[in-house]
Amino acid sequence: MSEKLVVIGAGMASGRVLEELFEAAPGRYSVTLFGAEPRGNYNRIMLSPVLSGEKTYEEIITHDADWYSAHGVTCRFGERVTGIDRDKKVVFSDAGETPYDKLLLATGSDPFIIPAPGHDLPGVLTYRDLDDTNAMIGAAAKPGAKAVVIGGGLLGLEAAAGLKMRGMDVTVLHLMGHLMERQLDAAAGYLLEKELKGRGIHVHTRANTHEIVGSDKVEAVRLDDGTEYEADIVVMAVGIRPSTGLASSSGLMCGRGVHVDDAMVSSDESVLAVGECVEHRGLCYGLVAPLYDMAKVAAQTLAGHDAAYTGSVTSTKLKVTGVDLFSAGDFAEGEGREEIVLRDPTRGVYKRLVIEENKIVGVVLYGDTQDGAWFFGLLKDKTDIAEMRETVIFGPSFAGGAPVDPMAAVAALPDDAEICGCNGVCKGTIVQSIQSGAGDLDAVRGGTKASSSCGTCTGLVEQLLAVTMGDAYAAPAAKPVCGCTDLTHEDVRRIIKAGKITSMAGAMQECGWKTSCGCHICRPALNYYLLSDFPDAYRDDPQSRFVNERNHANIQKDGTFSVVPRMWGGITNPKELRAIADVAERFDVPTVKVTGGQRIDLLGVKKEDLPEVWRELNDAGLVSGHAYAKGLRTVKTCVGTDHCRFGTQDSTGLGIKIEKRMWGSWTPHKVKMAVSGCPRNCAEATCKDIGVICVDSGYEVSVAGAAGMDLKQTQPLAKTETEDEAIDLIVAFTQLYRENAKYLDRPYRWVEKVGMDWVRARVVDDLEERLALVARFDFSQSIYQTDPWAERAEEQQSRQFRPLADLTLQAAE
Amino acid sequence: MDQVTPLNRWVEIGRLEDIPKRGARVVKTDAGCVAVFRTFEDAVYALEDRCPHKNGPLSDGIVHGDAVTCPLHNWVISFETGQAQGADEGSVRTFPVKVENGALFLDTGRVLRSASVLSAA
Ligand code: SRM
Ligand SMILES: Cc1cc2nc3c(=O)[nH]c(=O)nc-3n(C[C@H](O)[C@H](O)[C@H](O)COP(=O)(O)OP(=O)(O)OC[C@H]3O[C@@H](n4cnc5c(N)ncnc54)[C@H](O)[C@@H]3O)c2cc1C
Ligand code: SF4
Ligand code: FES
Repeated sequence: MSEKLVVIGAGMASGRVLEELFEAAPGRYSVTLFGAEPRGNYNRIMLSPVLSGEKTYEEIITHDADWYSAHGVTCRFGERVTGIDRDKKVVFSDAGETPYDKLLLATGSDPFIIPAPGHDLPGVLTYRDLDDTNAMIGAAAKPGAKAVVIGGGLLGLEAAAGLKMRGMDVTVLHLMGHLMERQLDAAAGYLLEKELKGRGIHVHTRANTHEIVGSDKVEAVRLDDGTEYEADIVVMAVGIRPSTGLASSSGLMCGRGVHVDDAMVSSDESVLAVGECVEHRGLCYGLVAPLYDMAKVAAQTLAGHDAAYTGSVTSTKLKVTGVDLFSAGDFAEGEGREEIVLRDPTRGVYKRLVIEENKIVGVVLYGDTQDGAWFFGLLKDKTDIAEMRETVIFGPSFAGGAPVDPMAAVAALPDDAEICGCNGVCKGTIVQSIQSGAGDLDAVRGGTKASSSCGTCTGLVEQLLAVTMGDAYAAPAAKPVCGCTDLTHEDVRRIIKAGKITSMAGAMQECGWKTSCGCHICRPALNYYLLSDFPDAYRDDPQSRFVNERNHANIQKDGTFSVVPRMWGGITNPKELRAIADVAERFDVPTVKVTGGQRIDLLGVKKEDLPEVWRELNDAGLVSGHAYAKGLRTVKTCVGTDHCRFGTQDSTGLGIKIEKRMWGSWTPHKVKMAVSGCPRNCAEATCKDIGVICVDSGYEVSVAGAAGMDLKQTQPLAKTETEDEAIDLIVAFTQLYRENAKYLDRPYRWVEKVGMDWVRARVVDDLEERLALVARFDFSQSIYQTDPWAERAEEQQSRQFRPLADLTLQAAE
Repeated sequence: MDQVTPLNRWVEIGRLEDIPKRGARVVKTDAGCVAVFRTFEDAVYALEDRCPHKNGPLSDGIVHGDAVTCPLHNWVISFETGQAQGADEGSVRTFPVKVENGALFLDTGRVLRSASVLSAA
């Protein structure tokens, strides 16, 4: 007589076990198959094409009624198993008891639901089975319907793409900084986001769901930052949890999943488990490839043969038509790991291999995934790639061959190949212009417009110059930003502006960065360019700032810090001085010094004391003086008409006005200003980045001075009659500098490059441009003019300044 | 998995999320400060928090790839080896650190042993 096998769960794993079992031990078991869904086994991963309308449910059924009857399977679909009595060896369902000799658990996972208020409103859906899929398809039928998908992982994005294809207005909310962060690094995440946005899907990263709003059904989703998105449905796709309720209530050992050994047997030798519900060697899986491996072993075990499952290496593809994305293995940086990165900005391609001991341990491909399987093979087989290290990234067709010569690739392009996408210039046109005398990049730009807009094709144009002119071509001496790129600062700024790029990962991708994460030279520059061009859309990255700007204090040679509060225009009062004195005493500040910038420096403060020091200074109304910043430092003033017998205007008052308007702004390098009340110039205004000399008839504004390593006298910008106009000029000049200068160029260096005439034309002569510059400066200030000290004195942030742990006591035990 | 010899002494020092990505935090020990780094992709490393050049606090540097640039004079120190990169010469000690279920553990046995080696020398 055959043994009784009861299977709980008619999903992908159990379907595969049964197939393998009927082959390995035909007739040994009489099988009863319970499934909570009112249908048999189907290919769950194909729900996405069903959702998007590219397939029908019928096309994804894997086992039909004929198959079950041919193998004598008793189907109990639509019947949930509610309990197991392992002593009696029976399972319970609404229909009563069913006895077993062997039991197979294949209950899969349950979608995780964020317990935010409103999560139980009608219209909040998950994405797991056909019913969920049909509910989404139903909602999309209403014209103009809006969907909010919470979760930018594999499932969430497939849901979003499908709903979009059904005509819905779709927004994806993702908690982390980039999409699919578990499978993709930031660069690939950026490309994916760009693609989805191109399809009209809104993507909001770093989105913390606060509440699902609605009275008797879903109406909107509100985030922690107050943003609200209207919604007819909300799809929660934030993760899954192995479905272990049944197993744990019957006393089987469970961790995150049902514990199984290598034979797929649980803590009870009559009970096996497979699929997403299990935990094997500490790991739970959420993809099908491991399930197939497990199913094979479970079938062998049931058939009485020895077999062992030893774990799986997985790879991921996103099933969104038109998106090519592949990820496998572990792409974290790590001990002894190196990376090979290949980017092709024009084609939107990004490839990254992570190598350890000459073996590939991680792969991320975007835009061109052709070689995914080949890389994955090398990864799984732990193939030694030392021999083909130079060319492996180009795929199997090049592997082992000679390293590719980029020049050869350009030379091989046909004449009608488009080089400059912005201006539609093809290779033939460029070559012709070179042959008729254009001998360098600027000449080609002038003659053909190629490379004169966004600049991404600059490299190609230079290669064409080299190929066409041979040795006669002297490559430009322009210095690249750093070893991570061949582009200059100017190129990078242009590409960021032209491409409206608002993320670090995006900038690195579009500029073809050769490293995945940049370095200490390029990251601060990129961070500045992004925040200056897109103050609202870009989010400042403290980890890409130099120590002083990250810690909002100047580091000293012994690792302590100096603290300089702002003294507006050099004016202070007893209350501020008392607060400074108190702080100096309370925190044992070794040195208190008057700076050359008309304020007071507390030198030698311990890092962990900084937040407390700031809090006390804040209490007296003192804010950060940004003495550490590539930003506005001081506005020095003299006593002016208030006291001085020569004073012509209120120089102190004007200095304070300027400082109050402009403090907190970030600039390519530091910016210092001064206002003197008469040409005697006691505030040394003529050696500052911006200086004002007051005269009887008004204000002489001059710019581009310095008194550091270079000594420069300022050059006149303009003379104004009113204070207000003087301030407008100063603000407009600063904004022009912010928008155009290379990172770490002081204004005088930048003006040397662009010329005073160019500056005057924009800031002085063109009134419209002046006002536009002022408006953009003020907009940036609306975001960045905040006291960094006050923010960091809060508990949440001040923790970062303290040691993570103090083990000195424990160690003494 | 990890060999527990009497000399290993794993002590929980905090959670992974206590350290910002591409950032560091300091752990004070009797053998001096240890900088615990977290890379962009969540690998963690522990290094002596003293630059081989002039004792700069490496924990205040910029983290890129699996290296940190010292905040004082821009030496680049590899997490993996503790060696200064490029033309600079020098190295700092590295210590075992690991993440388990989001919790960070530092092998203080190793930290202290290296200290006793130092003081014995
Ligand atoms: C504190 C102060 C010296 C003082 O005790 O008076 C000072 C201290 C430093 N200066 Fe300065 N400078 C100070 C006024 C000046 C002045 C005078 C002025 O502003 O009127 C100058 C010349 C004017 C100028 O900038 O053109 C000056 C020209 C420099 C330079 C050279 C800049 C250049 O472009 O050539 C540097 C280096 C740099 O910034 O790259 C520098 C850099 C520094 C740094 C930040 C060095 C560093 O990176 O660690 C020093 C920080 C010390 C610390 O730990 O706090 N400091 N420094 C002054 C702070 C003024 C303030 O209240 O904010
Ligand atoms: C939309 C979507 C797309 C996906 N795309 C991919 C992909 O591209 N690649 C990939 O590798 N993976 C993908 N997956 C994941 C993949 O589908 C799962 O890994 C796989 O289905 C898990 O198989 P399973 O048998 O363990 O669980 P399931 O297939 O979920 O089957 C479990 C079944 O058990 C039933 N059940 C649970 N409890 C009981 C009970 N008490 N009584 C009776 N029945 C019960 C459930 O109703 C369910 O039908 C996708 C998943 C979804 C939802
Ligand atoms: S002059 Fe030199 S030593 Fe003096 S504070 Fe300025 S940077 Fe430091
Ligand atoms: S102390 Fe680190 S580089 Fe000088």
